[in-house]
Amino acid sequence: MAKRIDVSGLHVYYGDFLAVEDVSMTIEPRSVTAFIGSSGCGKSTFLRTLNRMHEVTPGARVQGKVMLDDQDIYAPDVDPVAVRREIGMVFQRPNPFPTMSIYDNVIAGAKLNNKRLSKSEADDLVERSLRGANLWDEVKDRLGKPGAGLSGGQQQRLCIARAIAVEPAVLLMDEPCSALDPISTLAIEDLISKLKESYTIVIVTHNMQQAARVSDVTAFFNLAGTGKPGKLIEMGETNKIFTKPEKKETENYITGRFG
Amino acid sequence: MTTPTRQTSAGAPGGGATPSPTGGLLLSRSLPRFFEPALLLVLAAVVGGALFLTGLFNVPLLAVVTLLAYMVTITIASAVVENGRKAKDRLVTAVVYACFALAMVPLVSLLWTVIVNGLQRLDGYFLTVSMNGVTPSMDAGGVYHAIIGTLMITGLAAVISIPIGLMTAIYLVEYGRGRLKQAITFFVDVMTGIPSIVAGLFVVALWMMVFGPGKTNGAAGAIALSVLMIPVVVRSCEEMLRLVPNELREASYALGVPKWLTILKVVLPTAIAGITTGIMLALARVIGETAPLILTAGSSAVAINWNLFNGQMMSLPVFIYSQVRMGNAINYERAWAAALTLIVIVMLLFFVARLVSRFFAPKLGR
Repeated sequence: MAKRIDVSGLHVYYGDFLAVEDVSMTIEPRSVTAFIGSSGCGKSTFLRTLNRMHEVTPGARVQGKVMLDDQDIYAPDVDPVAVRREIGMVFQRPNPFPTMSIYDNVIAGAKLNNKRLSKSEADDLVERSLRGANLWDEVKDRLGKPGAGLSGGQQQRLCIARAIAVEPAVLLMDEPCSALDPISTLAIEDLISKLKESYTIVIVTHNMQQAARVSDVTAFFNLAGTGKPGKLIEMGETNKIFTKPEKKETENYITGRFG
Repeated sequence: MTTPTRQTSAGAPGGGATPSPTGGLLLSRSLPRFFEPALLLVLAAVVGGALFLTGLFNVPLLAVVTLLAYMVTITIASAVVENGRKAKDRLVTAVVYACFALAMVPLVSLLWTVIVNGLQRLDGYFLTVSMNGVTPSMDAGGVYHAIIGTLMITGLAAVISIPIGLMTAIYLVEYGRGRLKQAITFFVDVMTGIPSIVAGLFVVALWMMVFGPGKTNGAAGAIALSVLMIPVVVRSCEEMLRLVPNELREASYALGVPKWLTILKVVLPTAIAGITTGIMLALARVIGETAPLILTAGSSAVAINWNLFNGQMMSLPVFIYSQVRMGNAINYERAWAAALTLIVIVMLLFFVARLVSRFFAPKLGR
């Protein structure tokens, strides 16, 4: 189910502005890859190109190749909607649909696409996804209540449940814990370790301890200079990046001597 | 005036504590809570008495003089007892309340007049018979045909305007880009400012071209009304759609939901409460239009006409207009009763809109 992502020579533009320059990397299936780097260095932008979400912003475009197993997702006849069904996404701020109950939020992917689910299929999917997101026990008695009534951490896990309910191959997470308290963060991190058994996970984080705790591979992004595009500086096993990085810039960043 | 105030405030619990030389930094003297209403009452009594003595007494004058006197006294009292910042606060509070009261005066007076005058004639009989076969000065006849006309014409106007307006708004918010979007926004703004009589003339000219002279019917009125209604619907729906957070659209896209389904099933339901209110406001704006309907739907229908496409159709505003022009006491009574009927219909519309918004609004409870 999990798939490999292979990016080569990817440039990301907003109009004429080059935001991210020449990124090539391989993201292994059934592993957690973390993107770290300072704000504005293009990690989120790059993450959003992996499921063609950046196209939602007017004027955004890319050059280069992103292979999902052996399919280029930027090939001319590829439907971005189909890409997003394969590559799900969890956002920085929890965003459950305010008009829907917890139950409906989980099966939103199917419901919004007018897919017919029998009652038992839907119940099954809801339970499976909520269990997958470690939320089932907390909400099983109030599935009919609005999703917006949950706490922030629960909402974020609800969003993860919603993302895994469409059974994607890859799960992208854009700073999923930045709006959460330490306990909820821990819950999400546990969940990530569990999810990597069946998904390819890419997570953007500002929290280096978090990257060190949850990821197998870490990629460090940085700006080439003020007003210049963001670049991938170094990528490698998390252990190695955090103990013996090859580049001086990486070392400065993770030791907090960032200049 | 100020001397007794200072005495009361000095004895007031909690507020007028004498500032101690040390540690009184956070404490400050303040006027007691009942001071404001008490002052207002006293001033009203004093001013009322003075006006009586001079023989100039009337209610508006009393209100204005009392209010001005109140603003001056409260400011001075507060400046003396409290401090400059609080004095300004009390003055501005008084001004704001006064403005609010001033704004309410015409509204309450209007409602009161319409209700008092309208109730004289408004009864089951008035609501259920038409003016068919009633001579203008006869003590009979009712407004049934005009209610039917108003409901049918505005109904058709709504059926035309709501889809066009809503879809234009969706285009502007979700798809529109560049020149075309700017042009549409500009023309919608221009249309908002079209005088209603011009909309009527436009339809008269159109009907003249298409059907020849002398054709007045309900549909023409409905089209004139939708010319007025569409820009209002576009504007309010646009605002409401813009309020839907982008995160929700992205959440939907990220689940592999196509754009049109996202709009239909995420954006519209989230904004539905506001959209309903906006549409109701637009309806309320056109339901009282008179001029375009006189030109297009006719002003002399007396019988019930259920056919929007054939013959003149009376409506409530036009009924009021034509009754007032006849000028007998009975005509005025009918006009007031019809006005009250119209207001009640608009209120019912708003009531329904409230119910709809409450029913569909995003739920946040636990």
